[in-house]
Amino acid sequence: MKPSASRISAATLSLARMIIAALTLPLTAVAAPYVPQSGAEVVETLPRRSEAASAAVLRRRAQLAVASRDPALAAAAAQRYIELGRATSDPRYFGYAQAALAPWWHAAAPPVPVLLLRATLLQSSHRFAEATRDLAAVTHADPGNAQAWLTLATVQVVRGEYQAAVRSCGRLSALAGQLASMTCLANAHAASGQLAASERLLALALERSTVSRDSGTDVQDASQPALRLWALTLLGELAVRRGDAAHAEERFRNALAMAPGDSYLLGVYADLLLDQGRNAEVQALLRDHLRIDGLLLRHTIAARAASSTAVPATPAVASAMTELQARFDAAARRGDAIHQREQARFELHLRQNPRAALELALANWQVQKEIADLRILLEAAHAARDPAAARAALAWRRQHGLEDGKIAALARQLEGGA
Amino acid sequence: MMFALQSAVRSLAAMILLPLLFAAGAAHAHKPSDSYLTLRIGPGAEARQQLVVDGRWDIALRDMDFAIGLDLDNDGQLTWDEVRSRHADIAAYAMPRLGLAPGCRLHVTGQQLERHTDGTYTVLLLQGGCEPGTLFAIDYILFADLDAQHRGMANVEVNGRTRSAVLGGDSTHFAAGGGDGSAWRQASDYLRHGVWHIWTGYDHMLFLLSLLLPAVLATGWRAASADVLRVVTAFTLAHSITLSLAALHVVALPGRLIESAIAASVAIAALNNIWPLVQGRRWLAAFAFGLLHGFGFAGVLGDLGLPQGATIMALAAFNIGVELGQLAIVAAFVPLAYAVRRTWVYSQLMVKGGSAGIALLALVWLVERATM
Repeated sequence: MKPSASRISAATLSLARMIIAALTLPLTAVAAPYVPQSGAEVVETLPRRSEAASAAVLRRRAQLAVASRDPALAAAAAQRYIELGRATSDPRYFGYAQAALAPWWHAAAPPVPVLLLRATLLQSSHRFAEATRDLAAVTHADPGNAQAWLTLATVQVVRGEYQAAVRSCGRLSALAGQLASMTCLANAHAASGQLAASERLLALALERSTVSRDSGTDVQDASQPALRLWALTLLGELAVRRGDAAHAEERFRNALAMAPGDSYLLGVYADLLLDQGRNAEVQALLRDHLRIDGLLLRHTIAARAASSTAVPATPAVASAMTELQARFDAAARRGDAIHQREQARFELHLRQNPRAALELALANWQVQKEIADLRILLEAAHAARDPAAARAALAWRRQHGLEDGKIAALARQLEGGA
Repeated sequence: MMFALQSAVRSLAAMILLPLLFAAGAAHAHKPSDSYLTLRIGPGAEARQQLVVDGRWDIALRDMDFAIGLDLDNDGQLTWDEVRSRHADIAAYAMPRLGLAPGCRLHVTGQQLERHTDGTYTVLLLQGGCEPGTLFAIDYILFADLDAQHRGMANVEVNGRTRSAVLGGDSTHFAAGGGDGSAWRQASDYLRHGVWHIWTGYDHMLFLLSLLLPAVLATGWRAASADVLRVVTAFTLAHSITLSLAALHVVALPGRLIESAIAASVAIAALNNIWPLVQGRRWLAAFAFGLLHGFGFAGVLGDLGLPQGATIMALAAFNIGVELGQLAIVAAFVPLAYAVRRTWVYSQLMVKGGSAGIALLALVWLVERATM
């Protein structure tokens, strides 16, 4: 079978290349070099500088330029860039942060603050094994580092190492406030078969922290708003998995009131709306956030579903798909594979190419094991009529007793048809 | 009716608005920083020794602003005047960070703009060359001190062949040119493809084996090796002819037809071992069907993508690769088969049974390829 199989894939490959070329052609045609008509023409809008913040960044840059090997200065600058990167979902800031840490980037044993930030950057580029290695070194050198335990637990959950994550959260609970510990634990436990209990405990902890907010008992007071946002978002996600859409929506809306531009939150809320077929609301929600690939993806899926009466994609959807393809191509040229989950959804829901979606989802599953990763894998396997491809992931789901309404339905379909 | 009209109006509005939205830069992607370096390197017109280099280098305005500050009035908006007034500074900042090898030089002959997915880029138009005897090389360090995740996407065309590289981080070096070295490397690439193709192209291999299985049954070593030699030479000659004709676009046949016919040829060759029709002149069958298989090889060569201006050499290298791969199969199979040819296991189980298996597999391929 090998020769015909290999030749079929060569043929589909060249077909895929042709499709990509056809899709990106309009874009490259638009993108020919040009000279503006007038000198007053605005040719680029720079990222919004919140004045004080950018002044602080500039000051740090100046300090760092004189003393680039000062670990405290470098760590402070890197931390600021990482915060900016998180707040704006703009990966360029992670590059700036990495540059600040350059003297220690390949060092075997950098100072602890540098090591912690290096781990954070490695995590953000999905290099989870290296991030875990650095975090283990931090917790070894500084067992009282709450941030390190929390980050470690998060990475462990993403990789599906729930027991290890629970242990890390245990270490955190001795160092941090109740809300931080409970959120950490709920995140780890909920994935491993204790969904309802985790949700109840987390809701309780959040309620209590609201009451005692001003009493100053929490160690990490400064991070309290961020922590509450995380807890509330997670509570919403847990409700989604339990099938309680009403509660989930209420929590997402409350969280949005705290952080209207949080891209992760917008993503999970949009997914809930997409599942309910509320496509117009998805489009309204994400309209101003199309810079972010994952949100442009959901916006386009909603736009396509809303116009499903028109058989081919509308020009607007086609244009957005071209844009998405160009962004995935740009990432692929760099050798980045951090968008595989989004790209699998793109192939499945927009390009209607379950085979390609399944391949991406399987590759992604090797790297990260969150609910969304499992879901796209099962959806792609189902659409590609290849239940065998999902067998390992389904076994993994059973082994961990993972609870999720949508996943359970997909698993029944796949196992029934296997 | 009313509703249909409304939705038509709405989709019309969306159609006009959305592309504009993207073009106007309201929704540029958030992505890591990249620059795009496109160069063409070739021999000069008059002095044959000298390399001529030209091309362009696209660098994001946002990144240039972060490095040297372009937004003179600090309003977050870059006008063409602001950018234009800093053209000299942009070139002075960027060019040393391209790290051209000694003996090579590149001048910025002008700057324009281009839109990429994440915003507007300045396009440095480049022209220059390298002194005789020097190798074109760069050591890319643009923004290395500011953004450790910045990468330069290099596409360098050397004598018609394009090489791509992602520069920055831990791999900043890129070298090209020195004509002979790259040509040799290209040939060896195609040679490897040829060997690999015959080894992994099970249909070609099984066809060859079907012809070789009975060849060693001839009386005596001399007769047997003569038969093997005839079969292999005929097959080689035939597929070389059609491979060349197809690769040079003299003859073109539909791929699906060829693939189906190849499957059929394998089935016929195998069945001939069980119910012999052609006995003494297997080399004739090898020649006739070899013509078919050559078209199949040409399809693979086409998929690999032939470099312009190097077709003949690539073709020859690929062909030699196929022959070498084929000889390796013969060298491994024939002595073994010759040693056991008198046994019942060989004459019945291997020749008859093996051929039946091959024929069955080939028929499955035939059905698959004909119905695909």
